[in-house]
Amino acid sequence: MRALTWQGKHDVRVETVPDPEIVNPRDAIIKVTSTAICGSDLHLYDGVIPGLISGDVLGHEFMGEVVETGPASTLKKGQRVVVPFTISCGKCFFCERQQYSACDNSNPADKQDLSEPLYGHAMGGLFGYSHLTGGYPGGQAEYVRVPYSDVGPLVIPDGLEDDKVLFLSDILPTGWMAAENADIEEGDVVAVWGCGPVGLFAVQSALAMGAGRVIAIDEYPTRLNLARDLGADVIDFKQTPVLETLMAMSGGIGPDAVIDAVGMEAHGFAPDTIFDNIKQHVGIGADSAHALREAIMAVRKGGRISIPGVYGGFLDKFPLGALMEKGVQVRTGQTHVQRYTKDLLHKIGEGEIDTTFLISHRLPLEDAARGYENFRYKQNEWTKVVLKPGTGAAS
Amino acid sequence: MSHHHHRNRNTGNGLIALGVAALAGAAAFAFYQTQGRNRVAHRPPDSAPGRLGRNGRDPYAVVGRSVLINAPRSDLYAFWRDFSNLPSFMENVRDVAVSGDVTSWSIPAPMGPVRVETRIVNDKQNEQIAWRSTEASDIETHGKVTFRDAAPGRGTEVEAVIAYVPPYGEVGRWIAKAFQKEPAIQGRRDLKRLKMLFETGEIATNHNRKK
Ligand SMILES: NC(=O)c1ccc[n+]([C@@H]2O[C@H](COP(=O)([O-])OP(=O)(O)OC[C@H]3O[C@@H](n4cnc5c(N)ncnc54)[C@H](O)[C@@H]3O)[C@@H](O)[C@H]2O)c1
Ligand SMILES: [Zn+2]
Ligand SMILES: [Zn+2]
Repeated sequence: MRALTWQGKHDVRVETVPDPEIVNPRDAIIKVTSTAICGSDLHLYDGVIPGLISGDVLGHEFMGEVVETGPASTLKKGQRVVVPFTISCGKCFFCERQQYSACDNSNPADKQDLSEPLYGHAMGGLFGYSHLTGGYPGGQAEYVRVPYSDVGPLVIPDGLEDDKVLFLSDILPTGWMAAENADIEEGDVVAVWGCGPVGLFAVQSALAMGAGRVIAIDEYPTRLNLARDLGADVIDFKQTPVLETLMAMSGGIGPDAVIDAVGMEAHGFAPDTIFDNIKQHVGIGADSAHALREAIMAVRKGGRISIPGVYGGFLDKFPLGALMEKGVQVRTGQTHVQRYTKDLLHKIGEGEIDTTFLISHRLPLEDAARGYENFRYKQNEWTKVVLKPGTGAAS
Repeated sequence: MSHHHHRNRNTGNGLIALGVAALAGAAAFAFYQTQGRNRVAHRPPDSAPGRLGRNGRDPYAVVGRSVLINAPRSDLYAFWRDFSNLPSFMENVRDVAVSGDVTSWSIPAPMGPVRVETRIVNDKQNEQIAWRSTEASDIETHGKVTFRDAAPGRGTEVEAVIAYVPPYGEVGRWIAKAFQKEPAIQGRRDLKRLKMLFETGEIATNHNRKK
């Protein structure tokens, strides 16, 4: 089959690799019809997440048709399914508590040795996201082997086309959980750093949960406009000092809740960013966290900090004093996708949530490398790329 | 001019050295204040499992690991007690031959396969299985696996502890580590695979095809 493979920093290529087959009883094989490139993939593209091996198949946002099932799968051939990017067994301590991304069984035993010393505990398995999280071949491919297919995949009713439901695989639940983790109360002022897909869905979710005012922060006009269309006020951090503006927009007390939807590759011309970037370029393990530092400084005393943005390693000049002295709450994590898919599918079906506004480009899988390059370097115009295996020309 | 320059550089280095010495002195003083003056003469044992103590006294290397498995204690005990089941989750165990209380194992090792022969020395139903190597064994080892009820609704805590005299001493242990055949690494992975097998009915793999 054809699949997008990682070859090294800023080098991804569509190559021919062996087709997957059923290996374990609960497996299913999915023929991919739509698969997206995520901001998380850019961390891999930029080489700031350790644990990739050249030839690894990337991609964790995908959906398609069931073409083969193992003896213990509950899926049927021909069903259309969206697959969560978190691989979860459904049976362990964490899965039973719906903390699916913390699954203790999905990361193969030898791969767990990589994250255990780094984080104190082994991470769960994720599709197409480095050997720290299992080294599972990902979804930017024609076919994917999906483990625990009786737990993860969500069957999609006919009549809901791919573009409406694809983002249930990651970014829609991620934006939702980001807002949920901010414990939003009616009338709250909520600030969101980053107007990428995750930030935009966090804006949408925060408003749905009753926020009185959502303030979205980015530097790209197109992305800021999408946030504005959803109902947010916006700050262009290239034009305006963020901290002072947030204070002015929240009656001088600071936002009740802050959401970091930027993650480990924050930009901005600030001394901390420059130091962080130098460290990122000389070795792995250093995160660039300008947005997070700013969010911690901005949040009101006793407020809430939600961190869906991904970090992989260590950080210095961290405002620990502000964190402690202000008595804030912090919630984080890879999304527990399976916890949210059913409810969100229902909201999509009822027309309460639209996700298609986000897609700026649809490309054939063969053009995936071009998709990565533009999503990375033309962020203003390229807000979300969906790849369509099996199609010929770009649309 | 160049002579002068040279002397200046020396003075600079001297100042830096003085600064470093002052910092080291300050650090040593701080350490003395907090640690040295708060000295504890005798430390009674704490609640940690014995294998984790810092003061080993014998030639044995002790390794071990606990896992939480969402399954009844009696099922786990019964599965383990039938040693012919062990190769299904122990990657490094090839052949197991059981005759009465004596079991013989073949374990591939960096310097050729090792034959281990063990005898059960303690067998408490649903609680513990302990073994010790016999005279005929290539490696001197003893160990035990313990099954305890976890907090209600959490299943069973399984702890395995293995003590062994590393073949070829510390050097042999390093070599084994380099080949990922060291018992600490193997034991940790084996217990995780046992957990997968019991909780999910299969052992997780990222392989896209059967061998
Ligand atoms: N927790 C999860 O499960 C999960 C899931 C998906 C994505 N993520 C993470 O969420 C983050 C965002 O993902 P995305 O797909 O939206 O990525 P993206 O790269 O498309 O968007 C990031 C946005 O942040 C903006 N930005 C950069 N520096 C900023 C700063 N200092 N202040 C304000 N905005 C700034 C960028 O201009 C960009 O628009 C990434 O770190 C990604 O890995 C997490
Ligand atoms: Zn994603
Ligand atoms: Zn699990």
